[in-house]
Amino acid sequence: MGVVHGEEMVLNIGPQHPSTHGVLRLKVKTDGEIISEITPVIGYLHRCFEKHCENVTYDQVIPYTDRCDYLAAMANNFGYVVAVEELMELKVPEKVEYIRVIMAEFQRIASHLLALGVYGLDIGAFTPFLFMLRDRERILDMFEMTCGARLLYNYMWVGGVSHDLPKGFVETAFQFLDYFEPQIEEYNNLLTHNKIFVERTADIGVLPPEVAISYGVSGPNLRASGVQWDLRRNSPYSIYDKFEFDVPVGDGGKGTLGDCWDRYYVRMLEVRESVKILRQALAQMPKDGDVHQALPKKIRPPKGSIYSRTETPRGDLGFYIESDGSPIPSRVKMRSPAFTALAVLGELAGGWMMSDVISILGSLDIVLGEIDR
Amino acid sequence: MTVDQLFNWLNTLVPAMENSGLLLVVAILIPCLALFLVVAVNAIVMVYAERKVSAFMQDRMGPMGQGVGLHAGKWGLLQTVADALKLLTKEDIIPEKADKFLFILAPFVIFIGAFVAIIAVPFGETVIVADFNIGIFYILAMGSLGVIGLILAGWSSNNKWSLYGGMRSAAQIVSYEIPAGLSLIVVIMLTETLSMQGIIQYQEGGMFNWIIFSNPFAFVAFFIYFISVVAETNRTPFDIPEAESELVGGFHTEYSGMRWSFFFLSEYANMLVVSAVGAAGFLGGWHSPIPGYFDSNGWGVFWMLSKIVFLIFVMMWFRWTFPRLRVDQLMNICWKVFLPISLINIFGVGFWTLIFG
Repeated sequence: MGVVHGEEMVLNIGPQHPSTHGVLRLKVKTDGEIISEITPVIGYLHRCFEKHCENVTYDQVIPYTDRCDYLAAMANNFGYVVAVEELMELKVPEKVEYIRVIMAEFQRIASHLLALGVYGLDIGAFTPFLFMLRDRERILDMFEMTCGARLLYNYMWVGGVSHDLPKGFVETAFQFLDYFEPQIEEYNNLLTHNKIFVERTADIGVLPPEVAISYGVSGPNLRASGVQWDLRRNSPYSIYDKFEFDVPVGDGGKGTLGDCWDRYYVRMLEVRESVKILRQALAQMPKDGDVHQALPKKIRPPKGSIYSRTETPRGDLGFYIESDGSPIPSRVKMRSPAFTALAVLGELAGGWMMSDVISILGSLDIVLGEIDR
Repeated sequence: MTVDQLFNWLNTLVPAMENSGLLLVVAILIPCLALFLVVAVNAIVMVYAERKVSAFMQDRMGPMGQGVGLHAGKWGLLQTVADALKLLTKEDIIPEKADKFLFILAPFVIFIGAFVAIIAVPFGETVIVADFNIGIFYILAMGSLGVIGLILAGWSSNNKWSLYGGMRSAAQIVSYEIPAGLSLIVVIMLTETLSMQGIIQYQEGGMFNWIIFSNPFAFVAFFIYFISVVAETNRTPFDIPEAESELVGGFHTEYSGMRWSFFFLSEYANMLVVSAVGAAGFLGGWHSPIPGYFDSNGWGVFWMLSKIVFLIFVMMWFRWTFPRLRVDQLMNICWKVFLPISLINIFGVGFWTLIFG
C-alpha cells in the first residue's frame, strides 16, 4: 500500500468571479474544499484618486469621492465636505445640515440593502436580493428627484448642497418609510431566520473584538464583534447629536459573537436605526433657508492640515487634507473602511471551506472602488 | 403504445415486409422521436415556466414582449425559442487544453441518461413506450448514468472550477441516490411489483389508496424521496455542483452554445423523470383523486401531467426561496438523517403490512 501524497492547489478567485464584489483577486491555497491560506490581491481598480486630488481645486475633488465608494456616494461626499469645512472653519446653515443627514441616512439604507441582498446572493438565495433592490430603487428615485443623479451625485458641496430639496420630497420620504418598515420584517422572515441561511453563516468567520480593533476594522463589521463604536455617537459630527438612536451591536444571536450572521444582522438592525433618525430629521427640518447661502466664493483654506472622519455605511471614513493656502490641496489622503475590512480577511478565512470563504467575504461588505481608490 | 404494439401495427400495415428488421427499427425510432419531442418541448415549456415563476416570486414581470417588431411574443411566450436560437448560433468553443473527446462526449452522456429513462415513464393508462417488469429499477439505473457525464465534463474541461463542480456532483448524486432508492423500496414492498404500471394500478380507488396516504412510513418516504431527487437533479438548495456564486459555473463553466444547452435540457428532462416517478410511485399516477370521477383514459393523462407539473412547481418554489447548503452539510443530511430514517421506514412498512396488511 502506497501513501497518497496530495499537494495543495493554488486557486485564483477572481478578478473575474461572480462573488468577489468587484475586481478583486483572492489567491487561495486549497486542499480539496479546505482553504489553508488566502491572500487578497488588490489594485485592479486603482485610479490614482489621491494624486488626482493634488491637481484639482477643492470642489473638483467631490466627484472623485463619489467614485470611491460608489454604493454610498452621498456618505463619501459628506465625509469630504465636513473635512474641508472644518479646515476652513466654515459654518453651514441648519437646513443644509438636516438635508445632509437625511441624504446620508437614506444612503445608508440603500447601501445596507445592497450589501444584505448581495450577501443573500452569495449564499445562494436569489429572491431576497431582488426584493431589496426593489426597495433600494425607491431611495434612488428620491435621490434622482433631488439632484438628478442615481448613483454618483456630487450633491454635497463645501458650504452647502447643490440643490434644495424638491417640492414634495418630505411627503415622498415619509411614504417610503411607512412602506419600508414592514418590509424589514419580510426580509427577516425570508432570509435572516431561514434555517439554511443560519447554518451557512452562524459560527462562520468569527472575528474576535481584539483582532477587529488591532486591524482597525470599523463600522458594522466592528460593531458585530460587540464593540459599541459609532462615530455618529462617539464623536458626533454635523448634527448627529440632536437625534435619538441606538447603536446596535452583535450579540452572537445564532452562534458565536462576531460571526457572519452577526455582521449580517447588525446591518439589518442599523437599517431600522436609520429609519428612526430619518423620521426625526424629516420632522425637525426647518422649512425655509437658502442652501446656497454659505457657499464660499473661493475655497482657499488657510495653511494647515486636518484629519476628519465620518461614519459611512462601511465604517470609519477618514480624510486627511493638507493645505498650503492655495486653491488646490497639497495632499489628500483617504482612509477607507473597506480596506481594513479586506485586510482582516486573511485572518478570518484560513481553515474554512470554499463556500465559507465566499460567505465571509460577502459578510465584510467591501467595495473595491474604495479599496483601490 | 409500446414498441411491440407498434411493430404489430406496422406488420399489418406493410404485409410485404412482415417481421423484417427494418420494420423493427422503424418501430423503435418512432417512439424515440416522440420522446425527443417530449424532452425538447418539456425544456422549452419549463424554461419559460421557471422564468415566469421566478419573476412572480420576485415581484417582476419576467419575459414580456410589447409592440410591433422583433420581440418575444405576447407575455414573452417565444422567449425560450429566441434563447434556443441564440444558443444554436453561438460560437462553439472548446478550450485548447481540454480533453477534446471527453469534452464533446460529456453532454451526450448526461443527456442520454435522462433521455432513456423516459422510456419507462407512464403518462397514462396506455401512454407508455415500454412497460418493463423492472420499470422503476430501470429508471433509477438510467438516472444515475448522468453523474458520469458530470464528472467527465468537470474533468475534461481542464479548469479548476469545473473540477470542483465535477467532484462535488459525484459525491452528492451518488450519495443521494441511496435515500431516494430506499424510499422507493417502500413503494415496491407495498405493491410487490417493479413495473411502473403495476405500481400505479395498485393505487386505484381514490386518493386515500395512494401510497403516500396508505401508512405513515410511506408518507415520510415520499418527502425523503422528493428532497433526495431535488438533490439528485442539482437544484437549489442542493445546487452545489454548479454553485454560481462559488464555482462560477461549476462543471459547465467551459461549455457554451449548444453543448451547454444540452446540460440544461437534461436537467429539465431529469426533473420530469423524477417528478413522474414521484407522481407514479406515491401520488397515484394517472388515477383521479376521487374514485369514479374523471377517471377515463384521457383524464388519466391529465392527472398524471398535473401531478408532475405540481411537483416541478414545488422544485422551482424551492429554488427561488432557499439559500444553498454547504458541501459537508449536504452530506450530513444525507448520511446522518435521510439514510437512517429510510432504513427505519423499510422496517416500519414491513411491520405495518405484517400487522394491518
